[in-house]
Amino acid sequence: MSNYRIQGATGEWEVVIGLEVHAQVTSNSKLFSGADTTFGAEPNTQVSLVDAAMPGMLPVPNRECIRQAVRTGMAIEAQINKYSRFDRKNYFYADLPQGYQISQLYHPIVGEGSLTIDADDKAGIPEDKVIGIERIHVEQDAGKLMHDQHPTMSYVDLNRCGVALMEIVSKPDMTSPAEAGAYVRKLRSILRYVGSCDGNMEQGSMRADVNVSVRKVGDTELGTRTETKNVNSVRFVMAVIEGEARRQVALIEDGGTVVQETRLYDPDRNETRSMRSKEDAHDYRYFPDPDLLPLELEQDFLDACRASLPELPDAKRARYTDALGLTPYNARELTAEVETFARFETLLAATAGLLGKGEEAVATQVANWSLSVAPGVMNALGDEANPAHATAAAQAAILKMQAAGEISGGQAKEIYEIVLKTGREPGEIAETEGLKQQSDTGAIEAVIDEVLASNTDKVEQYKSGKDKLFGFFVGQTMKAMQGKGNPAVVNQLLKDKLG
Amino acid sequence: MSVNKADVAKIASLARIRMDDAALERMVPELNNILGWVEQLGEVDTSGVEPMTAVIANTLRLRDDVVDADPLTAGGRREDVLANAPAAEHGFFGVPKVIE
Amino acid sequence: MMSDLTQLGVKAIRDGVSGGDFTAREVAEAFNAAVAGAAALNAFIVTTPDHALAAADAVDERRAQGEALGVMGGVPIGMKDLFCTKGVQTTAASHILEGFIPQYESTVSSNLWAAGAGMLGKLNLDQFAMGSSNETSYFGNVSSPWRKDGTNAAMSPGGSSGGSAASVSARIAPAATGTDTGGSIRQPAAFAGICGIKPTYGRCSRWGVVAFASSLDQAGPMAHSVEDCAIMLGAMAGFDPKDATSLKMDVPDWEAALDADLKGKRIGIPREYRMEGTDQAILDSWEQGKAWLRDAGAEIVDISLPHTKYALPAYYIIAPAEASSNLARYDGVRYGLRDLPEGSGLQDMYAATRAAGFGDEVKRRVLIGTYVLSAGFYDAYYTQAQKIRALVAQDFAQAWAQCDAILAPTTPTASFPLGSLSDDPLTMYLNDVFAVPASLAGLPAMSVPCGVTSEGLPLGLQLVGKAFDEQGVLNAGLAIEERAGFTAKPEKWW
Ligand SMILES: [Mg+2]
Ligand SMILES: [Zn+2]
Repeated sequence: MSNYRIQGATGEWEVVIGLEVHAQVTSNSKLFSGADTTFGAEPNTQVSLVDAAMPGMLPVPNRECIRQAVRTGMAIEAQINKYSRFDRKNYFYADLPQGYQISQLYHPIVGEGSLTIDADDKAGIPEDKVIGIERIHVEQDAGKLMHDQHPTMSYVDLNRCGVALMEIVSKPDMTSPAEAGAYVRKLRSILRYVGSCDGNMEQGSMRADVNVSVRKVGDTELGTRTETKNVNSVRFVMAVIEGEARRQVALIEDGGTVVQETRLYDPDRNETRSMRSKEDAHDYRYFPDPDLLPLELEQDFLDACRASLPELPDAKRARYTDALGLTPYNARELTAEVETFARFETLLAATAGLLGKGEEAVATQVANWSLSVAPGVMNALGDEANPAHATAAAQAAILKMQAAGEISGGQAKEIYEIVLKTGREPGEIAETEGLKQQSDTGAIEAVIDEVLASNTDKVEQYKSGKDKLFGFFVGQTMKAMQGKGNPAVVNQLLKDKLG
Repeated sequence: MSVNKADVAKIASLARIRMDDAALERMVPELNNILGWVEQLGEVDTSGVEPMTAVIANTLRLRDDVVDADPLTAGGRREDVLANAPAAEHGFFGVPKVIE
Repeated sequence: MMSDLTQLGVKAIRDGVSGGDFTAREVAEAFNAAVAGAAALNAFIVTTPDHALAAADAVDERRAQGEALGVMGGVPIGMKDLFCTKGVQTTAASHILEGFIPQYESTVSSNLWAAGAGMLGKLNLDQFAMGSSNETSYFGNVSSPWRKDGTNAAMSPGGSSGGSAASVSARIAPAATGTDTGGSIRQPAAFAGICGIKPTYGRCSRWGVVAFASSLDQAGPMAHSVEDCAIMLGAMAGFDPKDATSLKMDVPDWEAALDADLKGKRIGIPREYRMEGTDQAILDSWEQGKAWLRDAGAEIVDISLPHTKYALPAYYIIAPAEASSNLARYDGVRYGLRDLPEGSGLQDMYAATRAAGFGDEVKRRVLIGTYVLSAGFYDAYYTQAQKIRALVAQDFAQAWAQCDAILAPTTPTASFPLGSLSDDPLTMYLNDVFAVPASLAGLPAMSVPCGVTSEGLPLGLQLVGKAFDEQGVLNAGLAIEERAGFTAKPEKWW
């Protein structure tokens, strides 16, 4: 139980949250027809006769959608049901041509599983907080209604109609907006790792139905819940919970009762309101779709699904800290997004390869480079940078020179800047632009001798115990070498000379 | 089990079939006749019987994820999809304005 | 000459065209004329003489080029108006689809066109195939060409494939497509003195056929002879990847394997089919059928199908439940009728459109289906019905240990006058009491004419086979056909 509380007039209340996340399955064609799923096409151009529910049209399921749902289930360590069925959920609406949605109620493809959300001290999320997942089922998306194109008509676009969704139903295991936010983030991350959903919330690829109820602290019975539909960002999910919990507490404390109902979130006003239009039809008359036979999955299919699973976020993070020796912070940052770890791992392999070392030997250097140095350079350059030049090969070459002491950290940045602007080769840049460190002991010794000779008084003071002056000698030497001295070598030689 | 006029009105509303009072009155005995007759199914002990799922033993075939593989089940035929629409405008189906 | 051609069946026309005895165009013209002259039957909702002629010309052209003509080459047929036909109005005999022009062709009809058949028109039927008398069509009743001896009362052609049965028995079409959900091919075939076979569920694709009850609907041929049915079923059937319930099996050459010798075959006689209310003439014909099959070499064995009594009520839960959902798409948004009363919103439009578009029997079944699926009633009705359906199927499975096919009456009575049962849905439903069990179990079943009543009305006998064994059904049907020598024809009054 988190410590999130609502202070009511009659005492403290806690909130109980369950989420139904609709995630669009990444597939080329729709769940039951061959029409394209690409986002943003002209209205009704990606609609087959099947999607438009013409008389006599029949659904035939897309194997890829089934495969992605199974892989997703495996990623949350859920029960995979070898036997599942498609049911019809019957209701009338203009975005639903068949008059029913093909979904799964009685026998979903994925049963119980769970995921662990990321701990967050400030937000009150403890270590190892597990959120249960009730089920994942596969279903059709609906079409889209446009209300602002005509004074007396709504317009119907069926492009989305029939696109495959996974409905991922959590248990009511979350007790604060922060936990719900962390849950959505973690789920999104897993889906993106698995590749079963692009997680693009702005385009509606992921949206959540937010179930909220409140109860007095200490009560064990659940209160009556409301369901706020189609909330499409983490921030809004959290806002809905806060607002809805406060609304419910105020309502109850005013002597009212919470009605189990469907609500809609208005982000502009940051409030939810009742969706009376969908009120009346809560009798969906589910029954097995007689156009479809039971779905029975072969062991081979399941084995192939499992074999195709990538390393998942928790495992990857653990490996980054345990095997690669990264800090927990770096591990978390690097594993948050698919693109981030993909870039990191490519660069890590390239750098280790160039240096002929194990990945663990260069991981910290590559991590720092990936998380702060490289993005810093890129940002500073702005439009001048050509991202296409940010290849792993170029960056690995820079990191290799740095690791070998051939260039300093500052030089590395300068070289990378030129790489981003021009695409030139880092080794060549180092040579021609004079961006190389002096590591030749003879040459450095000569400079040091000169520095010491012209500062005999300081040498005296140092020798009589003023240790702090060591930095002064380093600075003078580096200055004389125009910053190109290898600091490690400079330090070593100075120590030797000063005794 | 039997139905009364209010039940029939509710069923008709669920089924989106407008029925006036006279039609509802007429339908009550008709439905009750049929429901009374199917009641005999209750005589059969079906404990331990699995409801039929596939008429002929067969499992579900899955199709490959290929866009527009068969023109008959493909997208990209807006003309055909809208050809019979009572109100088609600007590539959309038109319906009376919906307030959500 | 021309009027002679309309007396021919599928095989005679096909062989005559390919043998050069007459041209496909002559055949098409003869039947087009017969169709045009038979408006009184109201068998067709629309006629398509040009389609028939174009198909015929294509066949004649192929023959001139020395190319193969197809197994239905030169045969013009009637198409039940439940099959979507590209560019030709398809209504399911409902006002709600009046004016609907499909932009696609059903798999079954396109298979037939590919086999060289042509289309005379779209045949009338009970609205959305719901009915057993052809009195629920928005486009009016179909009259059977048959009449009781010495009377001129209009008789029911049966249903729902009533237009199909009437057109074939009146010889205005040599054959027609039908669909059978709970007897809709077999019962009208029996009433009209023709043959009709419903194949194993999944043999014929349902793609492009207006759905009534998806788990039961099957297309099949209706024609003059068992052999014609074998030929036409061969052309209609076949795996279709667009139908998830389509059987992925080769279509046997049923025509080539026809064989009326039943030596070594056992024919089951289900004792539960001796039901109260069955006409004596029907019971007599059943006895006669046993004798014929024995004569063909079969052994007759008594069998039991204990859940027979419950098949019909189970059917009247399952079929309406599926229909209530299948018919939800008729909402006035994308095609068909739209009734938009002044100032009404979306949901009012649905309710008004469906009230205006659906006939009474359709409404009745949609309401029953909605009710049995609704919260609180689902298990008591729908789940129980599906369990009983499993028991009915299991009855058959057990029977196959004792027999290879089953002989039963097709209907409990011969045809009845139009209007005589239309205000009594339950009695009407009983028409299908012998047909429905095989539908629930998805089994192939056929009706073959076996004689006429004392009043001169045709009677049919039903053969039910194991799943996939259309051949066994056809062969037993052939044995009956050969012995029955059914030659009665309705006298032309139209
Ligand atoms: Mg929901
Ligand atoms: Zn859903």
